[in-house]
Amino acid sequence: MIDTDVLIVGAGPTGLFCAHQLGIIGLKCEIVDNLDKLGGQCIELYPDKPIYDIPAIPECTGEELTKNLIEQIKPFNFKSHLNDRVQDIKNENNNWIVKTLKGKEFLTPNIVIAGGVGSFEPRKFPLKNCEKFEGKTILYSIKDKNIFKDRKVVIFGGGDSALDWAIELSKNSKVTLVHRRDEFRGAPSSVEKIKELENDKKIEVLTKYSIKDVSGNENLETVEIKNEEGESKIIDTDYVLGFFGLIMQLGPILDWGLNIDKKTIPVNTENFETNKKGIFAIGDICTYPGKLKLILSGFHEGALAARGCFKYARPNEKYRFEFTTTSKTVKDRIGVKE
Amino acid sequence: MAKIKYIEHEGKQHEIDVANGLSVMEGAVQNDIPGIDADCGGGMACATCHVYVKDDWFNKLPKKTEGEDDMLDQAFEPNSNSRLSCQITVSDELNGLVVHLPEKQV
Repeated sequence: MIDTDVLIVGAGPTGLFCAHQLGIIGLKCEIVDNLDKLGGQCIELYPDKPIYDIPAIPECTGEELTKNLIEQIKPFNFKSHLNDRVQDIKNENNNWIVKTLKGKEFLTPNIVIAGGVGSFEPRKFPLKNCEKFEGKTILYSIKDKNIFKDRKVVIFGGGDSALDWAIELSKNSKVTLVHRRDEFRGAPSSVEKIKELENDKKIEVLTKYSIKDVSGNENLETVEIKNEEGESKIIDTDYVLGFFGLIMQLGPILDWGLNIDKKTIPVNTENFETNKKGIFAIGDICTYPGKLKLILSGFHEGALAARGCFKYARPNEKYRFEFTTTSKTVKDRIGVKE
Repeated sequence: MAKIKYIEHEGKQHEIDVANGLSVMEGAVQNDIPGIDADCGGGMACATCHVYVKDDWFNKLPKKTEGEDDMLDQAFEPNSNSRLSCQITVSDELNGLVVHLPEKQV
């Protein structure tokens, strides 16, 4: 069990800056995020897109913003738990016990939800029949490519993941690549390579098709695909892989007994606490009259939520407001040498 | 201003006056029409404002910009009549536009 003052759910800009504010006031925190890296939407959806409305920064990309935020919180030695997702919570003597998907447990008086529009999960095939094969022979990510050796694999998608795996697996497997339109959005060099492999009959490419059904008893046997004219084809296969990018889902947070209004969590604007004591919500996931979904609003919300957390983490201490410019204590926490 | 008809997957229709300059997505969100999520807020960074536009109107709309089809690859059941409603800007010319909402957005 990991004991901490605050557990932050979500490592986007809002969660990261909240960690900074907690560090400034002397609280410990841990961050959980389902992605494999810090930065949230900034790093996953628009790492290269410029942002123009961060105060005092005329222009920066999502990646630069993330990099600077990480730099800013370095002094505080926060711990992050990536590739993991919060699952269940339980209240015990004014503390929350939080369990993650991977089985980690946290004991904390404060949870700050900075979950944006939810955690990123791979988009799945929209078919009920796929469910019983998912995780076994229908996969959305690859852990061990050796399982495909000398097997038949049908890959769906038109982006880099689909193309890269089609190229890689074509070395040792019989690969069919299926995409809903003629153009591929992957890197031009990969698209070239796919064309080469197709010409050399190393790979079969079927465009303007999408999945219609899958069948098989114990094991997957065939996948049926259809085009917009209603024609369909049945392909024998051992594995089906889908690479359709990531979607965002609120997931288990919906079951925590929090008030939810159109996929957002209502909070008060004094400390951004939700209807549950010790659970705060900041950033895009929270709502209140006048809410703006801006990164700068998330920063403000994180600063106030951090002070809200202080009350429960240090019930016997009085919170003292200090400036980073003048406070010796704060400078010590940041590690500034005078 | 344009009158835009949003038809939910089950057939329920909503006819809304949308001001010029707004996107078809914003017209839906501001009027609480279910079926358009717009998770990224109109940045063409997700595919949760996906709509189908039948041929007659599809061909009259300004063409898709670069990147829209790439995002549509990640939509739920996209086809050749798919558009991202955040990328359709409302003008007088769109008066009478009909968009069909998919069964779901994710």
